[in-house]
Formats: sequence, C-alpha cells, structure tokens
Amino acid sequence: MKISNTFLVTAISAVLSAYGNGAAANEHQYGPDPELPEPHRGLLPDMTVPEPAEWGEQQPTVPDGYTITAIATDLKIPRQTLVLPNGDILVAEGSGGNAPLAKPKDVIAGYMKSKGSTSVKSGDRLTLLRDADEDGNYEEQTVFAKNLNAPYGLALIDNNLYVANQDSLVRFDYEEGQTQASGPPEEVTKLPSRINHHWTKAMTAGPDGRFLYVGIGSNSNITERGMEAEVNRAEIWQIDAQTGAHKPYATGLRNPTDLAFQPGTDQLWTVVNERDELGPHLVPDYLTTVQEGGFYGWPYSYWGEHVDPRVRPQKPEKVKSAIVPDYSLGSHVAPLGLDFSIPEMGDEFAEGVFIGEHGSWNRANPVGYKVVFIPFSDGRPSGDPVDFVTGFLSGDDKTRGRPVGVTVDPSGALIVADDVSHVVWRVAPKENQ
Amino acid sequence: MTATTHRNYRNALHPLHAVLLAGTIPLFLGALLSDYAYSSTYNIQWTLFASWLIAGGLVFAGLALLCAIIGLFRADRRRGRYLAYFVLLLVAWGAGFFNALVHARDAWGSMPTGLILSIVVTVLACAATWIGFSLRAGGKA
Repeated sequence: MKISNTFLVTAISAVLSAYGNGAAANEHQYGPDPELPEPHRGLLPDMTVPEPAEWGEQQPTVPDGYTITAIATDLKIPRQTLVLPNGDILVAEGSGGNAPLAKPKDVIAGYMKSKGSTSVKSGDRLTLLRDADEDGNYEEQTVFAKNLNAPYGLALIDNNLYVANQDSLVRFDYEEGQTQASGPPEEVTKLPSRINHHWTKAMTAGPDGRFLYVGIGSNSNITERGMEAEVNRAEIWQIDAQTGAHKPYATGLRNPTDLAFQPGTDQLWTVVNERDELGPHLVPDYLTTVQEGGFYGWPYSYWGEHVDPRVRPQKPEKVKSAIVPDYSLGSHVAPLGLDFSIPEMGDEFAEGVFIGEHGSWNRANPVGYKVVFIPFSDGRPSGDPVDFVTGFLSGDDKTRGRPVGVTVDPSGALIVADDVSHVVWRVAPKENQ
Repeated sequence: MTATTHRNYRNALHPLHAVLLAGTIPLFLGALLSDYAYSSTYNIQWTLFASWLIAGGLVFAGLALLCAIIGLFRADRRRGRYLAYFVLLLVAWGAGFFNALVHARDAWGSMPTGLILSIVVTVLACAATWIGFSLRAGGKA
C-alpha cells in the first residue's frame, strides 16, 4: 500500500506546479531505444492543460528561409487535410466520441481536459480551399460536403473520394475542379463506433489503389471500460475500397491517429498515441512501420514486452509476440499527423516525415504542441526530431493552437491543421511562396 | 427507575444526522463487496460500482460530519464519547477520500490498495456508527 502523506503532497504539488519541476533531466526519449523508467502514478495523475489563447499579431515560428501563412481561418475544428491533384485542399472538420461517464473521475478529468480544447461546435463537414492564381493565398473557400459525422481520414483513389467518419467509411464521386460534392455519399462499410473513446478514424490509400487502411483507436486508456468494449479496437483495418470487405491488418496499436505509405514502397507507417497515467516519461508515443498481422502490445504490454500491471487478466503469450515500435517520439506528445516529405520542402527537410504533435495533458510540464520533422536516410529514421513549426505554447501556461493533421503539398509546402485556433497553416520555403 | 431507563435510551443524534450516519455503512460496505467481486472476477463493472459507492459514502459521511460539527458547539458534547465519535467519523471520511483517489486509477491500477482501503473504511464507518448510536442525550454517555 502506497499511502503516505508525502505521496499525496508530492502528487498535488506536481499538479499545481505547471512548469520547470526539474523533469528536464530525463527528457531525452527519442529514437529506437528510449529510456523507460519504472511506471509511477501518484494519488492524482499529473495534469497540466494549457488554456487556449488568441494569436493576436503573432504567428507560429518556422525555420529560417520558410514562411507561414494562415490560409483558412474560422473553421469548425479542422483535423486532417488532403491535397487534391489540382492543388485544392480538403479540410475535414469535426469532433466525435460519445463515451458515457463511467466513474466519478471522468466528470473531473473531462472538465479539466475540456479547458484545453475548443468550445466551437463540431463542423461535421469538408471545406475546400482553392488558390486559383497559385500565389500561396487560398482566396476561395467552399463547403464541399456537410452533415458528415466527425470526419477525419481522407483519401482519394481515382475519381473516388473516401471519407472516414467516426462511424462509417463513405465515398463521394469526385471530379477534378469540383468545389462541392455532387450528392450525398454512399456508405462503403460501417466502422466500430460504440463508445468511441478514441473516435478519430485515420485513413490512407494503399499504393495499388485497391485497399484503404483505417486506424481504429482503443475504447479506453487501459481497459478501464472492460475488455468487451475493445472488440475491433486498437487496430488498423485493411478495407477493400470496392466492396467494403475488411480485416484487421495489424493489432495492439492503442490509438493509430495517422497513417501514410512511404513513397515508392509498399510500406505502411503510422503514429500511435500510447497509454497515460504511468508517469511523465511513460509511455512513449511512437512512429513505426506497420507489419501485416503484427501485434504491437496494447493493452497487455508497451514498447515490446513491458507488461502493463493495470490489465487483468494478463496474457503472457500475447506479450511475447509484441513488436517493438521503430521510433519513440517521446511520452505524451500526442502525434496526430504524419506525412512523408519531398525534396521540394528544401534540402534540410527533403527526406523524412513531418509529425503534428497535439501536445500533452498528463505531465506537469507540457510537451508536444508543435510540428516536428524526423530525418530519414536510406528509408529509415536517422536522427532526433527537429522542430519545424513551434510557438504554439506560450510561457504563461496558454496555448494559441494545437497541431493535428500535416500534409505535404507536392508543390513544396506543408499544410497544418490547428484545432484550437481553427486555422489551416501553410508552411513553405520562401522560394516556393 | 423506569423513568431513568427511558431517558437513557433517548438518542443524542437528530434523526437526520442518524439517517446520514447509518447510510455510510451500506455504501462503504457495498464498495468493499464490489472491490472483492472485481478482484476475484476481473469484471470491470464491479470496480465502477465501487467508485460510485465510495462517492456516495463520502456524501453521506460528509453530511453526517457536518451535523457532528454543529453538535460540537453544544457544550456538553465537547468531550468523552461524542468527541471520539466525531474523530472516528472524520478519519473514516479521510480514508474514504483517499480510497476514492485510489479508485480513480484505471482498471487494475486501483488494486490491491483499493480493496484494503475499502476494508479499513468500512470498519471505521461501522465503528463511528456504533458509537454514534450509543450516545445518549443529556451528555450522560
């Protein structure tokens, strides 16, 4: 029994002291072999939720030689974006989830987390942005489709635009140049939606154009809603785009929030949000290749075979089969966006991935709240994350924005959706402006 | 003699105070039994029950504690068994609050500490109720 007053005092002071509590010593948690301390959870979980603030005259910070522009404002919770062949940008807007309050804790934690997010109502729509004269200023903005249900994942295969709602995969007919859908969408298949604790349905199309891959997050942090709630959850599905037939492609991925194929290969990658309430340095969120049929640990273990003591019954045989992810992004950074870069992004950022980090709540000093670049060489991650877009978090416990989806525009720009300031940002090398 | 006996059996607690105090036992005991069920079946529903029952027990114990504080202002109750009752109830509430925080951990994270604390809280609630109901009016206890 861990009951002592010092314990309580430590937990409370950790909650109260937002910044600079000396945790910086152990912040190096990047790459293939992160330091993993022992699990630790005080009487109260560490919670620091920076409250939203206005940008005013300020803008996010980008590297020298790059510019950043807000190409769309006043959206209704922009999450993921898709660049269409003619350069138009589709933005999925909305918010989902219908998890009931299961414990008294949910009432309090829900209130605290809501302070760090938006009060805007779910858009449940797709907005199309167009820059007809290609000057980097998207002067045209139309509602492409509405009455969707918390749309998130977007993919285009030929003339079919696929949208992953929080409860179903739907298809629109699309013709180049369209600014509005020609009619309501057709359902391809239902997606698991009961409770939807993690509701985002990330999606990407396979290189052969036959399959779609959809990430389905777990229905809990760590099985606290029971194992029955986790059927068909914490998986990536492979879905036949024509028929809607589907199968689990990989399992044990707690919350795969974005997916991307490495250009020129058949290799699927994903970013995963790992479990909370095991301390500020556990569990690392990660970037990984996805092996077909692979099991990545959740809920029984993390980072390979590190058993999570909160799960009963335990499954040692599953733990033994758990794959170690490729690259740790650090604990609690909350990666929600992933895309591969192209040489047009500039020499320093030519090969690698961009990752949108929504930012932490479950640690005293916040991490994430930025877009990072992970350099690759020979097709594999080859260094520490490099800051690409920062300045969201200000020194006064406030955040002006939270990055979600990141999409590389083939013309040489990064499109970043921000679901707190309701802006879509475009970051480009100055010569591409 | 008969008259004295009659007076001795008048309880010192106001009926509302008594109802609130008595309510702590089924709530905390229910939490204890739910914790036991969770620890033996791993069925998550039981630990959810326990969390709410503890919250309910804290509401009842908290209101009973308020009544007891008001009672403390009556001069004849500032010593002896009334004080013991008050302290026991206070400790029961404190341990119950502690237990509520432990039960806020996800899934098996609340175990086995939660079960042990539920036993402690239930025993304390029973003891406080026992003494509370043994108090006699008129400060003769």
